[in-house]
Amino acid sequence: MTTVEITPHLYRYFPQLKNRTIRAPAGSVAQILRAVDEIAPGFKDYLLDDQGRLRRHVHISINDTLVVDRKTLSDRVPDGGTLYIFQALSGG
Amino acid sequence: MPEMILLGTRKGTVIFDRIDGGWRPRPIMHAGVPVCYAVRDPRNDTLWASLDHGHWGPKLSRSRDDGATWQDIASVKYPVGARYIVKYLPTPDFDPEAPTGQPEYADASVLKIWTIGFGSDNQPGRLYAGTIPGGLFVSDDDGDSWQLNRPLWNHDTRGGDLFAGDATSENLWGGTPASIDYGLFEPGIHSIIVDPRDPDHLYVAVSSAGVLETTDGGQSWQGRSRGMLMDYMPDPAAEWGHDPHFVTCCPGQPDHLWQQNHCGVFYSDDGARNWRKVSMPDSGVHFGFPVAADANDGRTAWVVPARADSERMAIDGGLFVARTNDGGQSWQSFRQGLPQQNAYDIVLRHGLDISGDHLCFGSTTGNLYLSEDRGESWQCLGNNLPPVYSVRFG
Repeated sequence: MTTVEITPHLYRYFPQLKNRTIRAPAGSVAQILRAVDEIAPGFKDYLLDDQGRLRRHVHISINDTLVVDRKTLSDRVPDGGTLYIFQALSGG
Repeated sequence: MPEMILLGTRKGTVIFDRIDGGWRPRPIMHAGVPVCYAVRDPRNDTLWASLDHGHWGPKLSRSRDDGATWQDIASVKYPVGARYIVKYLPTPDFDPEAPTGQPEYADASVLKIWTIGFGSDNQPGRLYAGTIPGGLFVSDDDGDSWQLNRPLWNHDTRGGDLFAGDATSENLWGGTPASIDYGLFEPGIHSIIVDPRDPDHLYVAVSSAGVLETTDGGQSWQGRSRGMLMDYMPDPAAEWGHDPHFVTCCPGQPDHLWQQNHCGVFYSDDGARNWRKVSMPDSGVHFGFPVAADANDGRTAWVVPARADSERMAIDGGLFVARTNDGGQSWQSFRQGLPQQNAYDIVLRHGLDISGDHLCFGSTTGNLYLSEDRGESWQCLGNNLPPVYSVRFG
């Protein structure tokens, strides 16, 4: 299994993900995001654009390595790995 | 008499209610989220806000309980295969004589839901959404699902049907500086007009393309920019590439349309077949973003002029509203109640609205002004709002 850690900013839109450990079977980033989307319908729409690409200011890392394939999300998360979802904050 | 004023602001949705003859703001909604447009559907009282999430993508938000709760809707999406031809801003080494290379294509994704329009009373559930990068979306189930209007998206002036293959014609649409926030230069639909006499008759205005009309419910679209000018281009009267800032019509006389353009105020009294420039630069009436049309008299309209376009703020530090009653042959300026010193406000394209004798506008400086006498005098409703993107009576 893998663990998914998400930025707390997303709890506002998906309160069902708060105060729980999010786990998904090992697989590609796309597969893991689909698994989270089943727990929290609509979750993918916040991370991915209309064509399924990672949104510009959203980053995902597998353990401490940023994903390379932002277009089809084919990077694999190994068993026991953690997928981190965070965003670049800026402005005032 | 309007009962509500909805503001889309940089920090959320703000609603003012008319209570005991005055206007009282509610606590901000969508707190912290930029809202580029907020509006009430007059047919069923549903409230709509267009959220401009910086990170999470544009979303519509809908309230069916007068703003008590909101539901985000993520279904305004370009279908797989939706593409457009990228157009870059000219660079200093741009050579207009150089042969045109192969078009560069981009896969489409909604960058901004810039405006929301409503069908007629006989079309319950019919909604329109105008977006950057230039797609018009249509819903017939009150926003639960949306479809891209393909005849407009596949218009010959955008290169033809790019779902089917490569471009079959040249892309004549330019981008809008409003998309630069996304690091891109894409066109955007900011004005949608549904003819009150015929719901299959619509206009849309696109920055930077021009005005388009359909008379068959969106199955075909024709350019309607004749008479408009773009002084910054080699051919100011070219058919395509215009930057209308906002277009509206007189509901009682829908063949009378008004437009605040980058290069002046324009007016048509023949259903956009011909536009004519009715600016009066000596009176300060020339550059600006919003325009409001009277409900009954097609010759009457209001603008909030600004210093053109390199400065984009109130002229000489004094904010005023100008009104014409004669189709733009003359303009009267009204300053009573508006700051006349050290004011640097700019009112964006959706930042002015009209309801009967009431007008209201909000500025990016966070000021909100209301008139109850057709724009002749003004009262301030707030000075400390976030930058205001849209003002709509509800």
